[in-house]
Amino acid sequence: MSTASHALDHEHDHGPPSGLSRWLLTTNHKDIGTLYLLFSLLMFFIGGTMALIIRAELFEPGLQIVNPQFFNQMTTMHALVMIFGAVMPAFVGLANWLIPMMIGAPDMALPRMNNWSFWIMPFAFTLLLSTLFMPGGGPAGGWTLYPPLVLQTGTAFPFVILAVHMMGASSIMGAINIIATILNLRAPGMTLMKMPLFVWTWLITAYLLIAVMPVLAGTVTMLLTDKFFGTSFFNAAGGGDPVMFQHIFWFFGHPEVYIMILPAFGVISMIIPTFARKPLFGYASMVYATASIAFLSFIVWAHHMFTVGMPLAGELFFMYATMLIAVPTGVKVFNWISTMWRGSMTFETPMLFAIAFVILFTIGGFSGLMLAIAPADFQYQDTYFVVAHFHYVLVPGAVFSIIAAAYYWLPKWTGHMYDEKLGQWHFWLSVIGVNVLFFPQHFLGLAGMPRRIPDYALQFTEFNMISTVGAFVFGLSQLLFAYNVIKTIRGGAKATDQVWEGAKGLEWTLSSPPPYHTFTTAPEVK
Amino acid sequence: MVIGRIARMGVVALGNALLLAWSVGAHAEFALNMPRGVTSISHQVYDLHMLIFWICVAIGVVVFGVMFWSIYHHRKSLGAVPAQFHESTMVEVVWTVVPMLILIGMAVPATKTLISMYDSRDADLTVKVTGYQWRWQYDYINEDVGFLSVLSTPSAQIHNVAAKDENYLLEVDNPLVVPVGKKVRILTTAADVIHSWWVPELGWKKDAIPGFINESWTLIEKPGIYRGQCAELCGKDHGYMPIVVKAVPEAEFKQWLAQMKAKNKPSPQTARNDSNTPTIPGGQTL
Repeated sequence: MSTASHALDHEHDHGPPSGLSRWLLTTNHKDIGTLYLLFSLLMFFIGGTMALIIRAELFEPGLQIVNPQFFNQMTTMHALVMIFGAVMPAFVGLANWLIPMMIGAPDMALPRMNNWSFWIMPFAFTLLLSTLFMPGGGPAGGWTLYPPLVLQTGTAFPFVILAVHMMGASSIMGAINIIATILNLRAPGMTLMKMPLFVWTWLITAYLLIAVMPVLAGTVTMLLTDKFFGTSFFNAAGGGDPVMFQHIFWFFGHPEVYIMILPAFGVISMIIPTFARKPLFGYASMVYATASIAFLSFIVWAHHMFTVGMPLAGELFFMYATMLIAVPTGVKVFNWISTMWRGSMTFETPMLFAIAFVILFTIGGFSGLMLAIAPADFQYQDTYFVVAHFHYVLVPGAVFSIIAAAYYWLPKWTGHMYDEKLGQWHFWLSVIGVNVLFFPQHFLGLAGMPRRIPDYALQFTEFNMISTVGAFVFGLSQLLFAYNVIKTIRGGAKATDQVWEGAKGLEWTLSSPPPYHTFTTAPEVK
Repeated sequence: MVIGRIARMGVVALGNALLLAWSVGAHAEFALNMPRGVTSISHQVYDLHMLIFWICVAIGVVVFGVMFWSIYHHRKSLGAVPAQFHESTMVEVVWTVVPMLILIGMAVPATKTLISMYDSRDADLTVKVTGYQWRWQYDYINEDVGFLSVLSTPSAQIHNVAAKDENYLLEVDNPLVVPVGKKVRILTTAADVIHSWWVPELGWKKDAIPGFINESWTLIEKPGIYRGQCAELCGKDHGYMPIVVKAVPEAEFKQWLAQMKAKNKPSPQTARNDSNTPTIPGGQTL
């Protein structure tokens, strides 16, 4: 196929090379998207296994399965793997697959850098995971890497820092590529305000990434010099300030939270109109709301540190700024519901996950609003209430949106319909499992259970047991998802080009599966 | 329809699970909610928490109510024909302004509570709390009384060899003793890594940070024993450094303080021990 039509349209028609070199050397946005997504799925299961070890230990009070040091390694690694290995790469994978198809481009703007930014990831995570086998074990100070505790990490310490640097480099390159693609490769007529919302949310996310990943790189480098080169950035005994680390870290950390949720907003804004068979309500206000959330994310960081002892004025400023986020976030939720209003809805698997996203993410938003109230946060801070809050926004939030996206675009990517019945089973088991898992954690936190403890007082037993049961139901039901995805890749009923009755947008005008090079001639957008 | 039936089954199952969770909670008589606490501050915090909780519930009922009504009525299987509207400036202004007003309504009581929490003037007694891996030191400022407070749960209970007591992991050898009805200023700091001193019944927690002294206060109204834990990850035994506060009537407190002073007389360096060399060796190590 690659040589037959050489004379005529070499540029347009050649397929991928075969074998391992296709994947190692690929500069094709679809192949790289697939690599990102499969990598993320693998990391999701590795991070999930760690979560199940945590939940198994917490099934009852006392130490049963792991020792406290290993428990702390699991909580730390679970977070690092899930954030940097599962959620972020999944969204980059979706961006790679979808942005060129949505804006009418042939590929990403910087294909070789695209290859590089993916292939850094397996090395970064091999390095990170290998620290578990080093003397002293992996990092155990929490994913937030707070000094002085993190400086007590053993041999693993410099390796963890290097792994974080590699992930950061990969993210920055991915973000540059996405911005370059969106700003330069749009088809004629595809003005910014005509772009699908997924493209918009990713454009804003990419700017967030470029703004904050270097901040993370800087602060972990300061940790490194504190540990090995005698500096005292964060060492009080040397005139440094351990709280300064937290300020710098959360200046990265809070936008990071939105890096994981803004593309999810984009996905949901694509799926709901399709299955409501009605245009998205308030497109322009969705764009402005996303931009407002991104802006606010830079001025709310210290709400992660209400208990460090800031002056009253600081507490008040960060409380008010944080509460403000509820406004644009509320606008988004209202817009989704108005999109559903007087539509003509059907409930295929992507729509089910999207609806669950709207409800459960909003519940996470409510607990977020409660956490924003500084005096009440003095009670909530560092308890299971916080754990419940951020898992509600990240699991039935970000992760559900990724799963919804996978079901929604899988027929387009593979040319095969997924097994709808299996998808429905996966949805119901997930949505029940995730609530049984995380809802009781609100009660645990309010009743006084701190987070990151391997063992607990007796009054917390029952809810921990329920939570662990939910964890195993949720975790194991994800195997159905993996099975369904693999089954769809290998075969299944032929998908039409439009796939979904209500689907609108350039990607649905392509064949299913789409040609190896997307739009070799730019489509006309009216 | 199959999907409808599955949906109903799912809702019923979820309902049952929540009901089960609720009944288990009620049965074992432990809290689903934040304790109301024993100080005026903790009452204010509790009321604030409940106020915001109920506002969220009310918003949730309205928003999800509209959504479920729509999901039920605007289904293709019921022959719904999609409308094509996709904009309304009026509606958008309303749902931007109304949440703003609700937020202002929340911010006012929150600000009041926060200001009163920051007012640590006119304290009757000051206690310095120092966090170590993995024990607390309490120093009564200007009283020459200081001691370490370490987990007293036997390691056999932690390793499931012995039956667990009622206060498993929430018991210490030397509790912090404070008088009721007196404003106690609490200074938190740490000697190694960051810890956080938290007793839920007092209504707040404050980080204990090396190189910093954080200030808080409490005025306990009711005598009793109040238990808490370190709330900031501080290493492998983070889960094993509890806090026990014993609030006693003032007379009893004075008596206790005199006893402690007498006990400390023979070795004054014990009472004023340097924060880097704790006098009682070792926390419990597992």
